Amino acid sequence: MFDATGAGPRGGCALLEALTLILICQFAGEVAVLVTGLPVPGPVLGMLLLLAWLWRSGEVSERVGRTADTLLANLSLLFVPAGVGVMIHWERVRDQWAAITAALILGTLITLAVTALTMAGMQRLLARRREDGDE
Amino acid sequence: MNDRPLTEIWVYLAASPLLWLTATLVCYLAALKVYRLGGESPLLNPVAITVALLIGLLQLTGTRYQTYFDGAQFVHFLLGPATVALAIPLYRQRDRLRALALPILVALLVGVVTAGLSAVGLGVLCGADPVTLISLAPKSATAPVAMGISEKLGGLPSLTAVLVVSTGIVGAVLGPGLLRLLGCRDDAVKGFAMGLSAHGIGTARAFQVSPVMGAFSGLAMALSAFATALLLPPLLRWIGLVGAG
Repeated sequence: MFDATGAGPRGGCALLEALTLILICQFAGEVAVLVTGLPVPGPVLGMLLLLAWLWRSGEVSERVGRTADTLLANLSLLFVPAGVGVMIHWERVRDQWAAITAALILGTLITLAVTALTMAGMQRLLARRREDGDE
Repeated sequence: MNDRPLTEIWVYLAASPLLWLTATLVCYLAALKVYRLGGESPLLNPVAITVALLIGLLQLTGTRYQTYFDGAQFVHFLLGPATVALAIPLYRQRDRLRALALPILVALLVGVVTAGLSAVGLGVLCGADPVTLISLAPKSATAPVAMGISEKLGGLPSLTAVLVVSTGIVGAVLGPGLLRLLGCRDDAVKGFAMGLSAHGIGTARAFQVSPVMGAFSGLAMALSAFATALLLPPLLRWIGLVGAG
């Protein structure tokens, strides 16, 4: 009967397995944050747990990879319900639009420039040191 | 009169989560179509268009945000699993990660601190209040992480969501031009800066330029998600914006 979905019973199971793995990691992350009081969101800790699990098992199985790709390919959709919430903060945005605009545009440009220059500078520094070492 | 059954249908639909869940998906698919028709210009960001459409619909029907969210929460819930799933692109980049470990680590730390301090500093200069400042601080991190941080520190997660999306659009529109002005020619560097500053929306733009730039952008997005979650709360506590504990 599952074949009607086109995925077949095994395809459906694989998706379920991957989702379960992701949910278990998130669950463990949330519980760990509650227990330890760490200042990071539970899902972020869950991401690290999944990373550790992948490192240990040595590969991304195709089904976990495909499920993650599907979730991440539609990442933008997931911001929508929270984004609509701006309607309840309308007055705040109107009253503080100058600060918000400045932080958004200038802040983002500063971050872009500083990050790019730092990484390029570090690469140059390491390359020079490597050359000195060779001589 | 015919409009009595219509009212009854509306009352039934308005009380069930189905209506606004469906509306969210329909509006998003319509926005995606507009985005594709417009040549995938970052100015036609599908999230921005979807949010505008839905707010218009809610205002037209006099629906409260809470009622909308009762339906849309099923989509919202997936932000958590999506954050966990970021481990997978990160793991796929592990070889590049090893080769460029030191430059990446230093750029990550400097970039994440700069993102937080520049947002808060510019906000203070232009007279934002503390709640707005906290909501602004994590804006360069990917939305689920930024919203989690904002909520934990006393900001407004839904305001943060909008600021995150806006940051992504700014980075995607202005980023490539700025990096060219700065004389950056290395796609790894350009991608890393895009992903750190403008998360997923910047990454989508980076993939349009080159696969290497996109991969490094995705890497930066995942790394900065974690670094922001770890560094931003103590940073904001240190500058006195958030109370201890």
